[in-house]
Amino acid sequence: MSKVYDVVIIGGGPAGLSAGLYASRSRMSALIIEKAKWGGQAGTTEELENYPGSIEMPTGPKLMERMKSQAEAFGTEFVKDEVTGFDISDKIKKIISGSGKEISTRTIIIATGAQPVILGIPGEMELRGKGVSYCATCDADFFAELEVVVVGGGDAAVEEAIYLTKFAEKVTIVHRRDEFRAAKSIVEKAINNDKIDIMWDTVPEEIYGDGIVEGIKLRNVKTNEITDFRTDGVFMFVGTKPISEFVKGIVEMDPKGYIKADEEMRTSVEGIFAAGDVRIKSLRQVVTAAADGAIAAVNAEKYIEKNLEH
Amino acid sequence: MIELNKDNFDEEVLQATGPVLVDFWGEKCEPCKALMPDVHALAEKYGDKMKMCKLNTTQNRRLAIGQKVLGLPTFIVYKNGEKVKEISGAENCTMETVENLIKENI
Repeated sequence: MSKVYDVVIIGGGPAGLSAGLYASRSRMSALIIEKAKWGGQAGTTEELENYPGSIEMPTGPKLMERMKSQAEAFGTEFVKDEVTGFDISDKIKKIISGSGKEISTRTIIIATGAQPVILGIPGEMELRGKGVSYCATCDADFFAELEVVVVGGGDAAVEEAIYLTKFAEKVTIVHRRDEFRAAKSIVEKAINNDKIDIMWDTVPEEIYGDGIVEGIKLRNVKTNEITDFRTDGVFMFVGTKPISEFVKGIVEMDPKGYIKADEEMRTSVEGIFAAGDVRIKSLRQVVTAAADGAIAAVNAEKYIEKNLEH
Repeated sequence: MIELNKDNFDEEVLQATGPVLVDFWGEKCEPCKALMPDVHALAEKYGDKMKMCKLNTTQNRRLAIGQKVLGLPTFIVYKNGEKVKEISGAENCTMETVENLIKENI
């Protein structure tokens, strides 16, 4: 019989890496499956000043690298693959991967996180990679001495707007409300930044350009007035959506696809846990994801002791 | 894989006969770097059927913008100097989608 893991963690962001660390330190055999890049969304966030203790090297990629090596040092295994199916009818669960492998495990932690929402306005998909971006660290270089628009009003939007001022000549934040949801310290930084302009009560209607972004049509939600705004790039940070399609019908979730888990990270299915941005919660941050991962790993261990060892 | 720059781009890509894949990547693009080992594996596998190239856009910004690339990761297949297919964005560029892009164009 092939190897049976104590826990298989799906997703290699802060929740998954922290779960791996805690599981491995408890001498559980742990495997993390990641389909794209280690570190998840935090892996592409340049400024990460709100993770306790990360002040000296506050960049997301570096913090995520350290989280991964730490888990690795305690014995967590890593594999790049995509989960495409499950067999959870037995106590030993099976995970089927995109490369056709079958992985056996006693418990599963879903830590797949979330990804940026695509608004779906005209031009958005067509001009992706041609000036429309969802990743400031990936694409900021292109906009040196150019002008960009940032759409959104949460932490990500305002933080990334500040990051973009290191490259772009001017950054205009377009936000549908008349105040930001982002943390006050970040908002102050943005308001005091000479390169940042803010357009309140404004939503994007259309992004246009011949092969590359040339401008964006904006609508004031109070007056309905449409403005044609010339810009070289549009960075979209209008929120995130959970990556949970692959467990639809298996664990309970809300209408938006966020997974229901209790405060011990237990989902509606015994032996399956959820941690991080993918679950219903009020604060989606690296620090809460890491906490979720730890709690999920400890409860996975408790579940095994109670149900599978006697 | 062939490393592209402004001196060899025309010759290796635009004047080439047969299909050419270009991986547009950047030094600060974490998804690009995470995908790179997979791209190298695909280059090994399909290298005899398609010319495999990569372009560091951090070092060659103007060249990338000239190809209307302002976002990473981006993969473009050229045939006879013309773009025939491209994919862009971290969620859209995986080992699977890049492999499909190659298979569809050889």
